[in-house]
Amino acid sequence: MRLSRFLKGATAAAAVVALSAGFAAGEAAAQIKIGSVLSITGPASFLGDPEDKTLRMYVDKINAAGGVNGEQLELVVYDSEGDANKARTLATRLIEDDGIVAMVGGSTTGTTMAMVPLFEEAEIPFISLAGGIVIVEPVKPFVFKTPHTDRMACEKIFEDLQARGLSKVGLISGTGGFGKSMRGQCIDVADDYGIEIVADETYGPRDTDMTPQLTNIRNAEGLQAVLNAGFGQGPAIVTKNFAQLGIEVPLYQSHGVASKSFIELAGAAAEGVRLPAAALLVADQLADDDPQKQVVVDYKTAFEAEWNQPVSTFGGHAYDGLMILVEAIERAGNADPVAIRDAIEQTSGFMGTAGEVNMSAEDHMGLDLTAFRMLEIQNGDWTIVE
Amino acid sequence: MPAWLMQPRTGGLLLLAAIMVLVYLAAPNNFYLDVAIQIGLNAIVVVGLNLLIGYAGQISLGHAGFFGLGAYASAVLPAHFGVPPLAAPVVGMLSVGLLAFLVARPILRLKGHYLAMATLGLGILVFMLLTNESQLTGGPDGMAVERLRIFGERISGKDWWYLITAAMLLLSVWLTLNLIDSPTGRALRALHDSQIAAQVAGVDVARFKVIAFVYSAMLASLAGSMSALYSGFVTPDKAGFIHSIELVIMVVLGGMGSTFGGILGAAVLTSLPQFLTVFAEYEHMILGAILMAVMIFLRRGILPSTLDLLARRRTG
Repeated sequence: MRLSRFLKGATAAAAVVALSAGFAAGEAAAQIKIGSVLSITGPASFLGDPEDKTLRMYVDKINAAGGVNGEQLELVVYDSEGDANKARTLATRLIEDDGIVAMVGGSTTGTTMAMVPLFEEAEIPFISLAGGIVIVEPVKPFVFKTPHTDRMACEKIFEDLQARGLSKVGLISGTGGFGKSMRGQCIDVADDYGIEIVADETYGPRDTDMTPQLTNIRNAEGLQAVLNAGFGQGPAIVTKNFAQLGIEVPLYQSHGVASKSFIELAGAAAEGVRLPAAALLVADQLADDDPQKQVVVDYKTAFEAEWNQPVSTFGGHAYDGLMILVEAIERAGNADPVAIRDAIEQTSGFMGTAGEVNMSAEDHMGLDLTAFRMLEIQNGDWTIVE
Repeated sequence: MPAWLMQPRTGGLLLLAAIMVLVYLAAPNNFYLDVAIQIGLNAIVVVGLNLLIGYAGQISLGHAGFFGLGAYASAVLPAHFGVPPLAAPVVGMLSVGLLAFLVARPILRLKGHYLAMATLGLGILVFMLLTNESQLTGGPDGMAVERLRIFGERISGKDWWYLITAAMLLLSVWLTLNLIDSPTGRALRALHDSQIAAQVAGVDVARFKVIAFVYSAMLASLAGSMSALYSGFVTPDKAGFIHSIELVIMVVLGGMGSTFGGILGAAVLTSLPQFLTVFAEYEHMILGAILMAVMIFLRRGILPSTLDLLARRRTG
């Protein structure tokens, strides 16, 4: 009896050993291993999910076309569930256990910042897909990012206000991470554009009525425009309440609502609302001689064909990150992490879905305000404001 | 085998130390050490929480709040108040201890669901505080933590932190076992079995509940501080509701009222998701199935139930 039990145990153990040996043997081919930690599930899944799909799709495409420098790419993706602590552990795993040469990932600013120290210490390049300005300011040698910052969204909006001769702005922002961060950045750069914040209201992530805050803003003296920083349901409710109150100044939303679902939620109230957004959103409307047209239309077509769901700017950030990395590995000629880092820093004239990227030792994002288009909602669709 | 070796305080500690050395020697690379450090940090919280749940019989769904306060103490105090990083965990621990002491009496008057609700509320309050005071805490995106320096030496390597975590875990286990073996421990156990009987026998019920609560809160704060210093970054997630639940699950899974069981629970629950990543999207399903199976077949927790089974087999 006892012997048979021992034998059973031994067989099971042997099977496990054999299985893991099999896995190890399968990995032997010459490959460039890149890693990614994304918030595929959890509260930030609207970021991580399209990023994950984009990375997988393009790594397959690149491999089918012969790989990079004749070597195949191997992509290892882990799901952080939006949890910074998990992201940190998974990043450790990518660096120490999987032995990646570079990373494209980090859906949120929180998870990115939790992983930054690891990549700095391991000297492995890390291209983040999160918005926060703290990621690249101050510049960290091995950390880059592809999306615009919320500071740039503020600047783009203020530029547009300046062009229209408006200067007194009422601010209403969500108390979530995005709204909070953007509010701070907008207040920070307001002075540079001669903008005066005449009202500053906030709302919680689950609030269903913003009429009181908007009434306060309406009563602010000399109000000339209203700016709403936030994403999700909040901005749609703000837009509706704004129309119900009959406030007669322009309403600006942030790039956080740059999706068709915002127009659907806000309905007729969305007419005339302006917001800064990446060109990807209006790919079909771009002029044919627009240098960005080709890349955004190609990405949009490929993504929608493969996954049968509308394209989002977040997946676009992952596309940009992966392509910047692939180009850098090609330029470096080998897959040494430090060589890749140097090559990424020399990226110039790269045309991505977020705009033209020109990196330097002082700028690890490389985008300028031309990356944003000012859009206005007309007849239930986006139009480009010239 | 000599009798003293079979005592949890000596034999158990020796076994734990031996396992720690083995893990260190067997870890193929730093990733495994990292997971081991995470286990150790969770285990420190669980050892304290187990005293509260398993011995004093009081549930807490807010211990991640204390963990978070400890973590932010090591982040905020050096960054904004010039407290040296080495002193910050101590300041954090004392403040958390004081906070726990102040809220313990009113909170621990409650029982069952009400106690769970009150501790839950406390944890969520801490979470909201850390999220909203963005000038101090960096808000929802978190903040960086200054690295620990001892005699000018930057403490950031995995080896160092493994050593520190192992030492602190051994120390907290030793303290806890001593506490359990003292009159306080016996009072706590009496409390767990029947509060009325304990009261009749002359146990100052309120006082001992407070002791267990404050002790476990301080251990959670210590672990939080260490985790912040180790990872170099803190976010409010660490103080979140999910983390509180995870900690309670570790206690229940490993074995309520068994200090080493709790450590085992921390080890299983921290490392299992790492091993299950190979199953990709099925990861959560398999994790759930394993937890359910353990709770159905090893009802008193992994360690106590397994020991029972072994004992029964030996006699039967």
